Amino acid sequence: MSVNVLSNNKTTHLNKVKLKTERVNLYYGTFQALRNITLDIPEHAITAVIGPSGCGKSSFLRLFNRMNDLITGAKVGGHVKIDGISIYENNIDVVELRKRVGMVFQKPNPFPMSVFENVAFGPRRHGRNNRSELEDIVERSLRQAALWDEVEDKLEQSALALSGGQQQRLCIARVLAVEPEVILMDEPCSALDPVATLKIEDLMRSLAEDYTIVIVTHNMQQAARVSDMTAFLMMEEDRAGVLAEYGPTSELFTNPKDKRTEDYITGRFG
Amino acid sequence: MLQPGVSTVTANAGLEKSLRRRWRLGERFIESWIFLNGLLAIVVLVGVLVLLLREGLPIFAYTPPWEFFFGTKWYPVSEPPTFGIMPFFVATLTVTVVATAIAVPVGVGCAAYLAEIAPAKVRETVKPIIELLAGIPSVVMGFIGLMLLSPLVQSMFNLNTGLCGLTAGIMLSLMSLPIIVSVSEDALRAVPSEFREAAYALGATKWETIRHVCIPGALSGIAAAVMLGVGRAIGETMTVLMVAGGALAVPYSPTEPMMPMTAAIASGIGEAVRRGLHYQALFAIGLILFTMTLAVNLIADKVLERQKRKFVR
Amino acid sequence: MTSRTMVSRQLSQRTAFGLLMLATTIVIVPVLFIIIYMIVNGAGAISWEFLTQSPSQAGKAGGIFPAIVGTFYLMLGTLIFALPVGVTAGIYLTEYARDNWLTRLINTAILNLAGVPSIVYGLFGLGVFVLALNFGMSLLAASFTLACQALAMTITTSREAILAVPREYKEGSLAVGATKWQTVRHIVLPQALPGIITGAVLAMSRAAGETAPILVVGAAFFLPGLPQSPLDQFMALPYHLYTAAAHVPGMPKSTIWGVALVLLVVVMSFNVLATVIRLRARKRRYG
Repeated sequence: MSVNVLSNNKTTHLNKVKLKTERVNLYYGTFQALRNITLDIPEHAITAVIGPSGCGKSSFLRLFNRMNDLITGAKVGGHVKIDGISIYENNIDVVELRKRVGMVFQKPNPFPMSVFENVAFGPRRHGRNNRSELEDIVERSLRQAALWDEVEDKLEQSALALSGGQQQRLCIARVLAVEPEVILMDEPCSALDPVATLKIEDLMRSLAEDYTIVIVTHNMQQAARVSDMTAFLMMEEDRAGVLAEYGPTSELFTNPKDKRTEDYITGRFG
Repeated sequence: MLQPGVSTVTANAGLEKSLRRRWRLGERFIESWIFLNGLLAIVVLVGVLVLLLREGLPIFAYTPPWEFFFGTKWYPVSEPPTFGIMPFFVATLTVTVVATAIAVPVGVGCAAYLAEIAPAKVRETVKPIIELLAGIPSVVMGFIGLMLLSPLVQSMFNLNTGLCGLTAGIMLSLMSLPIIVSVSEDALRAVPSEFREAAYALGATKWETIRHVCIPGALSGIAAAVMLGVGRAIGETMTVLMVAGGALAVPYSPTEPMMPMTAAIASGIGEAVRRGLHYQALFAIGLILFTMTLAVNLIADKVLERQKRKFVR
Repeated sequence: MTSRTMVSRQLSQRTAFGLLMLATTIVIVPVLFIIIYMIVNGAGAISWEFLTQSPSQAGKAGGIFPAIVGTFYLMLGTLIFALPVGVTAGIYLTEYARDNWLTRLINTAILNLAGVPSIVYGLFGLGVFVLALNFGMSLLAASFTLACQALAMTITTSREAILAVPREYKEGSLAVGATKWQTVRHIVLPQALPGIITGAVLAMSRAAGETAPILVVGAAFFLPGLPQSPLDQFMALPYHLYTAAAHVPGMPKSTIWGVALVLLVVVMSFNVLATVIRLRARKRRYG
């Protein structure tokens, strides 16, 4: 497995902890989806979460922007912290949290509006209504998402007319427009073709300089290509997800410490 | 967990303040308004039941339930008045049976044709026509029954008047057809194509497949369709008011004039002294109608739900 | 399996198919016949005067203008009272109410209340609006009564329209830090709007055609003038048809057919409008 040189550099360079989970348990009603997960996610780096299907990777990701709240019966035990602040307390404003922790979904989900309005949606909701201000924001976000050149003359056209890869970059731009600190990506490339996938991986690397990125992927090669740290989640017999191993990507893939990790990455199951 | 990074993570006070719960007054206000509307809707709908109970139950203090349901004499203006609703109940039953006997074979047959046999163009032409039928107001149906059907029935069966249960039943069947066709057709289309393909692969003809695979597979949906049609027939007022004849005696044949429960309420409510016994009795009939239609619809719902789950893999 | 020849099986099939086609014919022929018959018999009575003048001779002659106006007032009243509450209640039930047994019970109740006989709603209107709230036999009482009947339907159609909005849009909105109401207002409602409007138009169509509730709550057959206030009595097309057909001896037949035709046209145009809206929205969504 090729070693990601970038990843090596990053791990020797100590990053501040941005996101932290402390002995987190997640329940959907009586079903335990995640058990006792503790890990620190570094700032300005890409952390991948891999594991077999159904082990709770998406549920884990959604802890950070409290999207699990939308599911009835979801309960979180333990602590989930961003910059040291526990976000599952009563005094936390979930709406503001989601502004700071953005999410890109598996299937690109642009709104049925123009490209411009898609990107402007977030800022508008947060009170920015000045047209020229919005135009600046939209351009900046589209440039950051490496989409500007392709859509600059199509801003008023429907977002649904874009290709899959473009739509996903649009969704990234939409998230960037609200200036988050963390970007969560839930299998962002699984619905895209290989060319689009590579474009997005390049994008991720450039974004990692300014944002903290956590990506769930079922594609191990992608995790190895793109991420600095990798967390391997496993499903135990009662179908609860646990953290089997977590470490710098290069180490996890070349010298896994846990047998389960080794079995997974060598394809013995999964 | 060590890596990566700086060992101490101090809570960022500025960030904490900005993440703290906002008042969001505007949002709260809107949520309250939305909740109030929800509450209002529930109050209204519960209110229907409550009112029926309040105005209708007192009659049972005057006429015991047994006598009310099974009594055959409805003389609200005699001294003392008697309230027995058997004539109305039997009338409702009669017209419903007539309507169902016609509408079910015709409706299910039509649904089978549309779902399984008809080419797309035919379906696309027929379905709007059926929706047209569904859109005809009941008073217009009653009028048609009065002007066109009842003279026909009168001459065909040699009756004194064509205003009878049969005429009402036939008009009601027309009114139940759209829902029976629509729900049955949905049920038939929900039968997975794999079942049909398996039958064809075994050498069955199309009809044999429809008869032995599709219809049994859609049976609970069809049953629900029938129930919804029955519910429609029970609750229909204007048509039966105009063509069923309005006679107060217990009918012994569909060719007699009769007064179903809905018509009884409609024709009596104008003259009933407000809050008097007659008034209460009419409300009690309303209560019974409410219960009957509610029960039929609830059962149909449950059956439909079960049918939906039947084919979910 | 009985050994039947292919010929006899084919014969069975042909017979069966013939019967099914017959069934379909039985469904569509009466409709077409009724509509054509009504047009043929009613068109003669329709004239500009018929539609714009008031009745005379205790209703046996003249026009039906007040009945048409009354019907439109009723439709409007129903819309005003049932649509805002219905849509908002629909929003509440889909987006805000917690998913527990109570909410599910309420949803079932509403769905089934749509099937309650209209005469029962008439009784409700009588007891509550005419008597208890003392509106008397008036346009207001009738509008409220029809609105209550329409409420169950508007809530159900609104709920369906809102539930049909793909979850991804809502998640995408929440994930950029929009509040729940912002998501509803800017994403959900615009998407659900065609369905909601279709439901509203159908509710109006129903209000136009309903007789039983207004019979109980007190429509009139012959009034000297138009209602000047919501508390006045009113005329309406369905009631006019019913009374003319069943209770007015000496009413010229062609007039009654004319009334029936006008009512049919009014109701049908709203139904057609609802269908057009529904089809256009579907085309726009799926290209």
